[in-house]
Amino acid sequence: MGASSINIVIGGEAGQGLVTVGEFLSRALVRAGYAIVVTQDYQSRIRGGHNTFAIRVDSETVAAPTEGIDLLVALSTDTLAIHKNQLTDRALVLADAAHGLGGLPGLAIPYKELCPKPLYENMAALGVLGELLCLDPAFLTRLVAEKFGKKGEDVVAANRQVFAAAADWTRAQKASFACLAPPAARGKRVMLHGNEAIALGGMAAGIDFCSFYPMTPGTSVIQTYIDHADRMGIVCEQAEDEIAAVIMALGASYAGARPMVSTSGGGFALMVEGVSLSGMLETPVTIVVAQRPGPATGLPTRTEQADLDLVLHAGHGEFPRAIFAPGSIEQCFHLAHRAVDTAERFQSPVFILTDQFLADSYRDVAPFDLDALPVVSRALTTVPDPAGYVRYAVTEDGVSPRLVPGFCEATVVLDSDEHTPDGHITEDLAVRVTMQDKRMRKLSGLAQAALPPDVYGDPDGATLFACWGSTLGAALEAAEALSEKGEKAAVLHFSQVWPFAPDAFLPTLRKARRAVMVEGNFAGQLARLIRRETGYAFDGRVNRYDGLPLTAAYILERL
Amino acid sequence: MVTAQDYGEFETAWCPGCGNFSIRKAVVKALVELGLPPHKAVFSTGIGQAAKAPHYIRVNVFNGLHGRCLPAATGIALANPQLAVFAESGDGCSYGEGGNHFLAALRRNIDITYIVHDNQIYGLTKGQASPTTPKGQKTKTQPHGAPSNAFNPVAVAVTMGASFVARGFAGEIDHLAGLIAAGARHPGFSLIDVLQPCVSFNKVNTYAWYKERCYKLGDDHDPSDPRAALERAMEWGERIPIGILYANDRPAFGAGAKTPLATREPDMGALREIIEGYA
Repeated sequence: MGASSINIVIGGEAGQGLVTVGEFLSRALVRAGYAIVVTQDYQSRIRGGHNTFAIRVDSETVAAPTEGIDLLVALSTDTLAIHKNQLTDRALVLADAAHGLGGLPGLAIPYKELCPKPLYENMAALGVLGELLCLDPAFLTRLVAEKFGKKGEDVVAANRQVFAAAADWTRAQKASFACLAPPAARGKRVMLHGNEAIALGGMAAGIDFCSFYPMTPGTSVIQTYIDHADRMGIVCEQAEDEIAAVIMALGASYAGARPMVSTSGGGFALMVEGVSLSGMLETPVTIVVAQRPGPATGLPTRTEQADLDLVLHAGHGEFPRAIFAPGSIEQCFHLAHRAVDTAERFQSPVFILTDQFLADSYRDVAPFDLDALPVVSRALTTVPDPAGYVRYAVTEDGVSPRLVPGFCEATVVLDSDEHTPDGHITEDLAVRVTMQDKRMRKLSGLAQAALPPDVYGDPDGATLFACWGSTLGAALEAAEALSEKGEKAAVLHFSQVWPFAPDAFLPTLRKARRAVMVEGNFAGQLARLIRRETGYAFDGRVNRYDGLPLTAAYILERL
Repeated sequence: MVTAQDYGEFETAWCPGCGNFSIRKAVVKALVELGLPPHKAVFSTGIGQAAKAPHYIRVNVFNGLHGRCLPAATGIALANPQLAVFAESGDGCSYGEGGNHFLAALRRNIDITYIVHDNQIYGLTKGQASPTTPKGQKTKTQPHGAPSNAFNPVAVAVTMGASFVARGFAGEIDHLAGLIAAGARHPGFSLIDVLQPCVSFNKVNTYAWYKERCYKLGDDHDPSDPRAALERAMEWGERIPIGILYANDRPAFGAGAKTPLATREPDMGALREIIEGYA
């Protein structure tokens, strides 16, 4: 990282096209072989306000966003006022000549001269950026053809002309900006944000059913399924509310589908009765909770990690569950796959806890190796003795053979009341104990299958940053910054936060000189959970709850 | 050949004299008439005395939560078009807790046969007013009389263009069986609101009260005419019509699975291409 990384921030009003510029540039950079981390900061409105699309780009590797801005593209006059204090020593501001640079170093772009219509201003901005970054123009012009090809050759040609004119103009300015270093040789990369990777991981695990009610930032998981539904044979249905969404998923699961639902905190609050129902019916469902700051409507488009307690305790009564918390795009894909398999194997609700930051964060990633994925468990369509089949057979590990109705002569009976092994309602209290014991035995299996936290670096005598979910990148960069200053530092990242096996990480924590839990919430929810389960108390905590993602600088300032 | 014996005999948790016994008989009669083997029929129910019904018939059962039998039935029907999907519950579950799902089901028109046991009272929770309790009727929790207007489910269904709307009476078992079978044969969503006495908690709308008022719609009623249907759906008081109030040939919901999802595996070749398309 270090000097070779450039942080580009595009700012403007909603509706001005900053996401278009950002996505174009990100994709071109990924195709050229660079590593990126995108952070999208936006307000809950369709037009106006002030949003940013930040691309941190590096020729080798990059893990997290950063505060300092090297290239600030100001599509509106507010951008300069809001972000001028973040400009680095080498920063350049790119603003409309009509508005001026406000005395800041940079280029005043004559959009009026370069563009036949205001519509083309985004293309002009890309032409300037491409030139300053020394990005081969072919990457951007090819994207122009792909994006506008459908609109006809004229549109493509007009856009290319603006792009070329802006690049020529930039070259003539002889602005002093250090180009990107050529990228390290890496294989083919694709560009995905966290929610796309979760949906693709689900598809690889056979997700074929999504019922949903829209809620930012959970919707883009479902949108990804919808985008590929026809080709992959996925049934997607917009439900009347979140309660219906999760109950529909359970109905489909009973009938043999592999369902996923996705929402955010407020929508999940409505789904809670369905979580308990999944636990009682022992019918699998995978639930994505993309966190945003609460309580209530909170900050609808910002990020937080404050729903761990909610997801851990959601649902009346006691029943087993598992909670995954991906920290990277690769983990979004692989843990989504694992979550679906875990739900099917243990016939339980399984969660993927992500957040707005990771949901919207485009990154470069190697295409996933589909051949290396394990086979996903699934329900039976027939049993040897249909007449004798009972849905809730009492077994040693608590997992009963799960039959899908309609394919053999057995009937399959589920009941949300306490039930006998054949699924029928009972008030026999001895049966109650037998069945509750059976269900809770699945927790041992879930604990045995739990992923231990990953250790990055040598924790012996080090400052150890513990974290979970999307905070991984910031913790890694904080540890790296300490190491560069000669202080030993390492990271302990939980990609599964429930259940966990304390033996898998307590020795690591005890080896550290000081262990600091870094979380995107007020209360330190994982730190508290670990203390409750193990008695271990962290030496310190860093918490962020202002709606923005954690960064290395934020962590180090509060150490 | 399917017979009533295939659907079994069970001990129930209902009060002696409950209308549920007659509705159970009508359901079994309809299933036999439809020639449906037990493993091809799925009953999704909510919570309440009515929602226990499929525990006393040998069929596939998804006995879920209060108010939620329709979303579960919808998920089942979306995932496997080869199952005959029934939803069954009481008036509180269907029109109170599950009100939004009821409206959505009328719009969606997915192939589900919905049997609502409508005794105009909450039975399992012991006698509170339900959405269909008449305004002013005194109950234990509404000692000054139910304060709100009663919900008219069949009129709402007709005005929303539901594709099959019927009203039955638990005292007319053969007639009711015919309505259930017709609803099941109808492609799309079928509502069968079944008037029944609650012998323990509704002392007004008794067996005799219904018996005196219910009359069967004859050939002079045209169920394809929405205005006539609405007129009959609004008729309540001295005379209450039972039979098929309204039916149309609105296409059934078409966005579900064409073949059962249970027997499908993902196309990994297609997925590989999709992932590479994100370059």
